Amino acid sequence: MSEFFSLFIKAALVENMPLTLFLGLCTFLALSRRPGTAVGLGIAVTAVMAVTVPLNQLLYNAILAPGALRWAGFPDIDLSYLSLIVFIGVIAATVQLIEMLLDRFFPAIYAAFGVFLPLLTVQCAILAGSLFMVERRFDFTDSIAYGMGSGAGFAVAVIMLSAIRTRLAYADLPAGLRGLGITFILAGMMSLGFSSFAQMVTQ
Amino acid sequence: MAAGNLWHTLTEPLVDKNPITLQILGICSALAVTTSLDTALTMAISLTVVLVLSALVVSLIRKHIPGTIRLIVQIVIVASLVIVIDQFLQAFFFDISRRLSVFVSLITTNCLVLGRTESFSRNNPPFPSMVDALGNGLGYSLILCIIGSLRELFGNGSILGFQILRTVDQGGWYVPMNLMLLAPSAFFLLGGLVWAIRSIRTDQAEAPEYAPPETAERAG
Repeated sequence: MSEFFSLFIKAALVENMPLTLFLGLCTFLALSRRPGTAVGLGIAVTAVMAVTVPLNQLLYNAILAPGALRWAGFPDIDLSYLSLIVFIGVIAATVQLIEMLLDRFFPAIYAAFGVFLPLLTVQCAILAGSLFMVERRFDFTDSIAYGMGSGAGFAVAVIMLSAIRTRLAYADLPAGLRGLGITFILAGMMSLGFSSFAQMVTQ
Repeated sequence: MAAGNLWHTLTEPLVDKNPITLQILGICSALAVTTSLDTALTMAISLTVVLVLSALVVSLIRKHIPGTIRLIVQIVIVASLVIVIDQFLQAFFFDISRRLSVFVSLITTNCLVLGRTESFSRNNPPFPSMVDALGNGLGYSLILCIIGSLRELFGNGSILGFQILRTVDQGGWYVPMNLMLLAPSAFFLLGGLVWAIRSIRTDQAEAPEYAPPETAERAG
């Protein structure tokens, strides 16, 4: 249990997706103008990652990994080069499924998410979660903790950034720095702060 | 299309409509791979190749893709090209491919590739699409090389592995700035670059969200 928790904390804070690994920055920067949208985006990313990383872990180990097809009588086949297409397919299907379920059963939440859900198919952070899972050889419980943790880390970071940007809306910035420029510098400062979390989890 | 128009399509994304500093596309990979210039160059070349080829393929079959499933078709095309590049790098440049880790695979979800196929290649013939893709790839490469060389120069005192500034441990005078190799410096450098470009090209600056109080008083 403590291992589960420590992996969760590590994925959420120490290896924060947008701030220390630079993943999912496009949506991180583009959709952090208002806290309301940032909360919606954060929840959507967490939900999708918590589902897709464990799902991809199962698929990878059952079909794609070198020698994984031993149960079907093909011990020499290595399909791992196909993992990219499979992962993207799983993510696209999961996003579509969540969208349909929400639309059918929770129309209010569906309306709140609006355009974010389809965008998540091309979110780097979500695909990276699955790719890191392969690179670091997580087992099933690890991948659940990792998926939830990195999604939650993304949510925390994007909500914090949107809160700071709302405060800055009244600031009188130099013209060239307005919008994108200052957002990069803010993200840099947040990233400095997050780098101090590196002490929290010992390897 | 006239030659002047093509030239315009090629050069416009370099500074005027740079994918990173103005269109906010493809930032994710831009920052992660720029700790040294050789990884930045490899990434820039791989992305440009994928971008041009996917523009060609999408544009060739643009009249046969039904609108409803076009995103999935485009992603599959891009993913197949990325697999080819990834296997190529693993075969011939194993060392660099190891350091780039998952970032080559992440070209699949690079917003820049889908953004260009979605907004340009889908509606234009193959040749102009490839020119547009090449222009955007070069604009992306330009920013990556600037940031990559700054970070390597100040973080390690070298460029492409050649020592320019002799560091203290090698008996020289230069004390390396370790911050340059860490995550925050990439954000600061890119923020500064955006600021510099927008100070020269003032038309790129964003409008303020709220007018400051004194102008409101003067108006009233």
